[in-house]
Amino acid sequence: MALADQPDAPQSRGRLRLPGWTWRETQGFLFILPWLFGFVVFIAGPFFFSFFVSLTEWSFIGDIKWLGLDHYIRLLSADDPRFVQAVYNTTYYVVFHVPGVLLISFIIAGLLNQKVRGIAIYRTCFYLPSITTGVATAVLWYWVLQPNGLLNNFLNIFLEPLGVSGPNWLGSTSWAMPGLIIMSFWTVGTTMIIFLAGFQGIPQHLYEAAEIDGAGWWGKVRNVTIPMMTPQIFLTSVIGVIGSFQVFTAALIITDGGPADATLFILLLLYQMGFRAFNMGYASAIAWVLFLIILFFTIVQFLSARRWVYYEGVRA
Amino acid sequence: MPWLSQVSFQAREGTTRQRTLAAYVRIVVGQTFGYAALILVAVISLLPLVWMVSTSLKAFGREFLFPPQWFPNPIVFGNYLTAFETSNLARYFGNTLMIAVLATLGTVLSSSLVAFGFARLDFFGKRVLFIILLSTLMLPGIVTLVPTFVLFRTLGWIDTPLPLIVPWWFGGGAFGGAFFVFLIRQFMLQLPRELDEAALVDGASYFRIYWRIMLPLSKPALAASAIFSFIHHWNDFLNPLIFLNSEEWRTLALYLRFFLYTEVGGGAGLTRWNLMMAASVVMLIPVLVIFFSAQRYFIRGVALTGIAGR
Repeated sequence: MALADQPDAPQSRGRLRLPGWTWRETQGFLFILPWLFGFVVFIAGPFFFSFFVSLTEWSFIGDIKWLGLDHYIRLLSADDPRFVQAVYNTTYYVVFHVPGVLLISFIIAGLLNQKVRGIAIYRTCFYLPSITTGVATAVLWYWVLQPNGLLNNFLNIFLEPLGVSGPNWLGSTSWAMPGLIIMSFWTVGTTMIIFLAGFQGIPQHLYEAAEIDGAGWWGKVRNVTIPMMTPQIFLTSVIGVIGSFQVFTAALIITDGGPADATLFILLLLYQMGFRAFNMGYASAIAWVLFLIILFFTIVQFLSARRWVYYEGVRA
Repeated sequence: MPWLSQVSFQAREGTTRQRTLAAYVRIVVGQTFGYAALILVAVISLLPLVWMVSTSLKAFGREFLFPPQWFPNPIVFGNYLTAFETSNLARYFGNTLMIAVLATLGTVLSSSLVAFGFARLDFFGKRVLFIILLSTLMLPGIVTLVPTFVLFRTLGWIDTPLPLIVPWWFGGGAFGGAFFVFLIRQFMLQLPRELDEAALVDGASYFRIYWRIMLPLSKPALAASAIFSFIHHWNDFLNPLIFLNSEEWRTLALYLRFFLYTEVGGGAGLTRWNLMMAASVVMLIPVLVIFFSAQRYFIRGVALTGIAGR
């Protein structure tokens, strides 16, 4: 038995410790204390306080007026057309963004997983856009998506023979959202690297076994690669859904929700309500509805995981 | 019957050769297609960035020339000088750097401390607390945006860099910070336990074990955390937008947006795209330098936490 496992090592007699705890346990608690403090002050406390605020009418200045569930009733009965629009837009974005990113990264990671020369160079190229996220990228894409910008320059090569030209991405209510979604496909690097690591972890003998059984290229992808990659697919889709429901920076900078609220995301509406109109109660209620939407989809994903995610050794 | 085995051997060899030939063709076709696809994706990944740099070196009014001019003529390096001269770009750069460095320092120190506690010590409720820690990663940070604003307002921290730094000194106590605790813990779990047990026998305290043994050994995980953290804070937009108002503490992210708005608001045709792209390049340079000098930590960090999702 190692010394560390003994209930109370002799060296620790007489030291400060929590009642009923050994010195070792007390120390363990001390190590995580910074997190516990931060968690209570910056996460848990604000979390519950925000629910309280969501039940009130409050603009920082002046009194807090108790409203009860009024904000929620207004939101859930679709009484606020802008909120309905924001939910629609966000769903639109999530529905195209998440599967798109998964599919694109899966294909790229698959290509990289072949024994190619210079894999590191390609990997760098593909990952580069992902680290340049944020405002600089948003400004860049604002420029790329101009009517005479880079994307249209490229598209017009194919469109001009047909007598049409690329759309005014950001100025059109029907093209602004596709524009933002295309932009989001530019930053698939993180997902791609998670997939690549997953691909490299698939034991080679499974492919050999499949080959002996007469599986072709597609047979191997379908029966070996995809089942073995389900943990990574699951992980990235959970992260993707949580993240994309909170899409904000690009929209705020590039379109600011426009034109005519065509790219008004839930988070953007929350920001406008809370920090431009100072309607803190309503903003908090929006935050909670968004939170519940995300929670719902996360739980659905976790429940469905039992049916399709394959964990080696154990059945999930 | 020696001849029979001879025949069957030849037959087998024949099929093998046919197979390898077919496989060879397939490999060549597959590889050509694969390389073409890879190069195409690489070009798509890099073109916007190349375009950005190229535009930042163009003369005013020549940004939208058609067909696109990839190599600017004339090359105007002066755009960068103008970008610095016509604004407080140097100051914003310094602000951003200070916030990112201090927040990163706090993240690495405090997250590794908490990670050590979770990785090596046992105490009542550890499992539950760790699950709570992980669940904060699933929680959308947006829920607490309003109350944290209220909190920092009450503390008088609005319009100071404190709200962007202080929460990160509480090991995963800030939103999204749990990621770093998780990353470092995963790494520490792989280190052999004999090391700290030997040190314990020698009478070392747990803090000493953490500081003198685990921390140096966890360097790859710490480096990955530091890089992720720095880039996160460098690129962060939402938090500075909410907590900083005045020009004094403006970060690069806020400035770029402000610049875009004043320029685009100035009327069509007057937008100085070249200066805007120059400022964007200035903002990207530190990120690129870090990325290229520490790429292996990056990739490992993503892979480590990604696989850990199993």
